[in-house]
Amino acid sequence: MHQAAEAPPPRGIAQVLAAGVGRVVVSIFVPVVAFIVLWAGFLFLKDSGAPKIVIVVVAIVWGIGGVAMLYVVANWLVEKLPPVWSGRILPFVFVGPAIAILAFYLLVPAILTGWASLFDANGKEFVGLDNYVYSFTNPDMITAIRNNVLWLVFGTLFSTGLGLAIAVLVERSRLDRLAKTLIFLPMAISFVGASVIWRFVYSYQPEGQPQIGLLNAVLAAFGLGPVSWLTGEPLNTILLIVILIWGQVGFAMVIIGAALKGVPDEMLEAGRIDGATEWQVFRRLIVPSIWPTIVTVATTIAILTLKIYDIVTAMTGGNFNTQVIATLMWKQAFTFFDAGRGAALAIILLIAVTPVIWYNLRQFRGRAI
Amino acid sequence: MRGKLSVLVGVAALVVAACGGGATATPAGGGGGDLSGTTVTVAGAFVDVEADRFAEAMKAFEDATGVTVKYSGDKSFEQQLNVQVEAGNPPDVALLPQPGGMKKYAADGKLFPLPEDIIASIDANYGPGWKEVGTADDGKTYGVFHRVNLKGLVFYPKAVWDAKGYTAPTTWDELKTLMDKMAADGTPPWCIGIESGAATGWAFTDWVEEAMLRTVGAEGYDKWVAGETPFTDASVKNAFQLVTDVWTNPQYVYGGVNYIVQTNFGEAPKAAFDDPPKCILTNQGNFITSFFPEAVQADLDNQVGVFNLPEVDAAIGTPAEVGGDQAVAFADRPEVWAFLKYLTTPEAGVTWQKAGGALFPYKTQDVSLYSSELDKAFAQSIVDASFVRFDGSDAMPAAVGSGTFWSEPIKLLTGSQDLDATLANIAASWPK
Repeated sequence: MHQAAEAPPPRGIAQVLAAGVGRVVVSIFVPVVAFIVLWAGFLFLKDSGAPKIVIVVVAIVWGIGGVAMLYVVANWLVEKLPPVWSGRILPFVFVGPAIAILAFYLLVPAILTGWASLFDANGKEFVGLDNYVYSFTNPDMITAIRNNVLWLVFGTLFSTGLGLAIAVLVERSRLDRLAKTLIFLPMAISFVGASVIWRFVYSYQPEGQPQIGLLNAVLAAFGLGPVSWLTGEPLNTILLIVILIWGQVGFAMVIIGAALKGVPDEMLEAGRIDGATEWQVFRRLIVPSIWPTIVTVATTIAILTLKIYDIVTAMTGGNFNTQVIATLMWKQAFTFFDAGRGAALAIILLIAVTPVIWYNLRQFRGRAI
Repeated sequence: MRGKLSVLVGVAALVVAACGGGATATPAGGGGGDLSGTTVTVAGAFVDVEADRFAEAMKAFEDATGVTVKYSGDKSFEQQLNVQVEAGNPPDVALLPQPGGMKKYAADGKLFPLPEDIIASIDANYGPGWKEVGTADDGKTYGVFHRVNLKGLVFYPKAVWDAKGYTAPTTWDELKTLMDKMAADGTPPWCIGIESGAATGWAFTDWVEEAMLRTVGAEGYDKWVAGETPFTDASVKNAFQLVTDVWTNPQYVYGGVNYIVQTNFGEAPKAAFDDPPKCILTNQGNFITSFFPEAVQADLDNQVGVFNLPEVDAAIGTPAEVGGDQAVAFADRPEVWAFLKYLTTPEAGVTWQKAGGALFPYKTQDVSLYSSELDKAFAQSIVDASFVRFDGSDAMPAAVGSGTFWSEPIKLLTGSQDLDATLANIAASWPK
């Protein structure tokens, strides 16, 4: 490995050639063997009629071992190069596969989706931006965009805000653990499961019948008539957002709570000694200290609200003007078989999420510096 | 005589099935007659009890051939299926409720057309029309009908009916008189619910289709379904009006529109069997009896009466609207064809006939095998029918038939738009 650095002893030209050719042959031979082994594994997994358990074991060994082998072989190859070049190429050996996989699974599909969005329902005729024009003129879509904005604003604001408030308040309580556990519990329930629960909260029966829905039962206890919660807009969308908040406050609370533990007590005490009120301590010391965490939580929830699908589908099926972009995308693509419009909606969703992700990444970078 | 014939056909089918699935172009399977140990995966929309009944009906085939029929049901199966087809791993056989879905997959080249011997079996066992519904735009037949529905049936609880001395109406005017009488007696006449997950709204389309069949006749209906008569046409508006006049009148429907749109179609009829009943009439397909309370199902013939949704126009009479899942093949293997051939024989329906809750289209079926008098009556009217039409929304383009025709009327019912806007929106969504 260090030959290049040392002054080589004088040798005959034939010897130099032989050594060089030998090295090249080995350099080619090793990757070829590695490739053949990987390819054989791939063929086995593709066509084998072996029992499932054997296939699973082979797949795991092949997958993990294969990746390790690729790294080792690539590393070995690069280190054979002159040090200047190996230093330049080595980072790509390690990052390259990740970038390649990312490109194959994310970038290429995204580009293909963008391309598909310029074609008609069957993907045959080029229609330019027609699908986007449809997306921003169709009344159902405009309602969906309005609803997504409601989800984004209220869902993010209340999940993060309540999470922060609870985290700060509960920290001073003796029931810290219990309260956190209870609030965190809904996180363990999928949104579809949560929707099943909340259907019982919002359930509606005609007046004069026993109300099995919690809200209407409360109204009935006060002698009031039942309200059809899920059919009146835009209240129904707000009521669906409540389900998201119920599920996400725990997440926000736990992450923010962990950040709170990292705020040095000395700083807070110093502030109090200097005469700051509790509100000032919170506003001027605590919040700035944990701001990056708050941003991370808020952006995570914001992305979730933009692509929200399951709560709406499970609760109302997107009826009663509760539809969001994702439910319409699903309908266009998989119920109406309109590949073009479905793709256009997917791209709109992607573009809507991008600024949030960008802001989040900028925060990451800021923290690193 | 009919019974004997059906058994013979059934046995013949089993023999053919056991011999290796008939004439297919599969060289690998040719010659080898033994299908035992093979598996046919089937996907459909029915779950729970209906899935169990389907499994029972397949047992005779499995026992005779050794083929395992693996059924998986999902209420949102049509969407699932599309994902699976796109991903390249569809089930071997799908039970498609919508002829439009079959045509789309056939046009995309995803389906295999039925071999000659299965088509011969369809000709032998089905009445006119069924093969045509299973045929795609390329003229090849892809679909086999097994379980079918008869729609436009009005069910009522016999106890209340008899106690109040109501009589079945034969005209729409008589129906109105009956509804007014029931409302005056203190019970809203109709039990209606249209919630159905991602498919919410289809129950409304059935009513409109029945109204169309009764107001414009067969020819007008076909034109409407084909898109030649737009939704904005006066005849369509008239049919919608006929339906919404009933649905939006709080005197006529239990619970009002907010209850209709949030109540599952299978839950709604149960209110008719409460004591005292909250409503009396349910207009649905024959399958709805399997959603009745268990005590009622156990004693169906004594507790439930039925009449056809009456005629509007005497010149048109009372036509029959049918529907049904068609089995199509996404795989070209001998066991798949053996399975589809089995479905074309009356034998494939026998256990379900006896269990109840399903009708079969075979003209060669033994009607006396049905467990209830109700089912016998339904089946006889399918066998005898001359003027039969398929579910119109199922035959329309998906963007309408399972899109706006489902979702736009919900907005009409909840009052967020009027009838003209509703019809205009549906018409605008028809693919050009």
